[in-house]
Amino acid sequence: MRFLLVEDSMTLASAVLDRLRLDGHVVDHAPDVEQARAFAEAADYDLILLDIMLPDGDGRDFLKSHRQARNETPVIVLTARSAVSDRVSVLDLGADDYITKPFDFSELEARCRAVLRRRGGGASTVQRFGDVTFDPLAGTLTVGDRRVSLRNKELRLLEIFLSAPDRIFSKPKLVDRLFSYDEDVSDNAIEVYVGRLRKHLVGSDVEIVTVRGMGYRISRA
Amino acid sequence: MSRAAQISGSIRRRLIGQLVLGSAVLAAVLVLLVTNLARNVAQDTQDSILMASVTSILDTMTVRDGEISVDLPYAALSMLGNVSEDRVFYRILADGQLLTGYEDLPDPGDPGRDGGYITAPYAGTEVRMATAERRLSVAGTPIMVTVSVAQTRQGLMQTLAQVSRRGAAVGIGFFVLAALLAVLTTEFGLRPLRDLAGAVSRRGPKDLRSVKGPVPQEMAPLVISLNSFIDRLRYSLSRSEDFIAEAAHRVRTPLFTVRTQAEIALRRVERPENRAAIKEMIRALDESSRAAGQLLDHAMVTFRTDHLEKERVLLTELAEELVDRLRPVADLRDIGLSMQSEGTPEVLGDAVLIENALRNVLDNAIKYSAPDSDVDIRIGREASDCFIMVRDHAGGFPEGALHRMTERFARGDNAGGTVGSGLGLTIAREVLEAHGGRLTLENKGDGACVTLWFPAS
Repeated sequence: MRFLLVEDSMTLASAVLDRLRLDGHVVDHAPDVEQARAFAEAADYDLILLDIMLPDGDGRDFLKSHRQARNETPVIVLTARSAVSDRVSVLDLGADDYITKPFDFSELEARCRAVLRRRGGGASTVQRFGDVTFDPLAGTLTVGDRRVSLRNKELRLLEIFLSAPDRIFSKPKLVDRLFSYDEDVSDNAIEVYVGRLRKHLVGSDVEIVTVRGMGYRISRA
Repeated sequence: MSRAAQISGSIRRRLIGQLVLGSAVLAAVLVLLVTNLARNVAQDTQDSILMASVTSILDTMTVRDGEISVDLPYAALSMLGNVSEDRVFYRILADGQLLTGYEDLPDPGDPGRDGGYITAPYAGTEVRMATAERRLSVAGTPIMVTVSVAQTRQGLMQTLAQVSRRGAAVGIGFFVLAALLAVLTTEFGLRPLRDLAGAVSRRGPKDLRSVKGPVPQEMAPLVISLNSFIDRLRYSLSRSEDFIAEAAHRVRTPLFTVRTQAEIALRRVERPENRAAIKEMIRALDESSRAAGQLLDHAMVTFRTDHLEKERVLLTELAEELVDRLRPVADLRDIGLSMQSEGTPEVLGDAVLIENALRNVLDNAIKYSAPDSDVDIRIGREASDCFIMVRDHAGGFPEGALHRMTERFARGDNAGGTVGSGLGLTIAREVLEAHGGRLTLENKGDGACVTLWFPAS
């Protein structure tokens, strides 16, 4: 996905940029309202992540003019405040969602997905691999004429595999991305979800292969 | 906050009272003046006729053959008879000796050069008498001739009574009209004050805008002080909330930077012991940011419960929005959130606080639930109370610790590795108590059941 990050703290911004790029996203960074406007006009983003406290103004001002300009790119506000009144005001101004700092990046991803799903802009994100069709926004997997709804962890696991077909993912790395850090799970917990995905993929030419001592990869048979 | 004002009198009543009293005095003075004027005019008229009669008698008096001769002219007395039905008396004295007429008429005293008037009782009633003197020379001797003409006053009194009655009627009419005007003027004059009071009292609890709109000059000082008071209130309220927001920002932003860096590091690190250390770090960061968040939440809750501003809150709507917000987080762990609502329970309260309380309870339920389980939310009404019930399937609270779970920093023994500060249920309890409700914890089936009770509005 293509993100625009509007955030004035350079250390925080570079950390978020690195982190989002690790997941394969394309991210531009605007440190203030003025540059944010320039970026938003120049390029099409899937999503804008907007901080509220900015040096040359309030993120809410950007939000207002963004909506007035009929720019339909969804906006998720990054806020340090948690008072309902603040949140309500950003939602009223046209934000699609907000997330309170500090957040887990899997939560951000979940919120992005929810926002994009709500906006209904899903067609372009549908992925095809072998003879299966995967729609991460709708959370569906189609094998032949059989369509299954994936649960969240199955969906995210499949997304990870499909982001790099034939690449081997180790169990610990998969656990990191699937579970939050406050969950005490063993690396073997991943086997359950791999098992479920394999069941969904039965009858297709796609399989999840166990690479002994290394992890898993997705491949076409 | 005290809603009652100490009331001492009413401007309206006082104004009306004073204006009505003033018009009563004015009306009385008017009646007196009219009556007095009428009396004077009538008296003057009678006096001048009496005096004309006296003068015409004096004029006809002559000295003939050394004798005083009186030839009472008909007109002298008939002019009096014309005026009314009153009886007329006369007396003519020469050097104090009766020449003709009624000797027992009252003594006029010294009438003076131009003649004089007295009012005295006579013949069983009251008479007005005019007297004048003239010096006649009889055989070289000057003789003082005194002529008095008197008339009873019944006609005059009747006229006066009539004038007084009319005067009184006019006075009462004047009074009624003035009193009516007083009431109208007061109502009209007090309208700006009533408008201002209405405009201020119609405001919602959060409306701290200055009072605008033209007001009469006399009310300007009041409105100016009111506005400066509103400004100070808004400033001090916003400063407290801004402080909490600013503190949250200062604490959370660096934590966020570190946490993100740690996540990146975890992606790049392979050795199990390093990974475990980084994970430990992330958990500690989560713990402190969550604790900071809850401490700030707690400060915010304390601040707002101290200045509780109640408005109508639709519980179902509030819970639906919150559940929608939490769904992506619950989804991450494949936890289903189901909501069931009976009727449209409505309570009076602070939506920010209620949302905060419910969020803490739901956070707990989601946090402690096993993956692939459900959290059920039920909203309804029981007797006169509204409730939001949150039920999970995560094994429930440890028996014997139920009663102390809402104490500050208390955590269940099963909290284990789950990140938490132990403030969540305390916040929820304090919010509910501030609303006159209560928080109940119980174990039901295979999980915990936390219920937020509100007195119905």
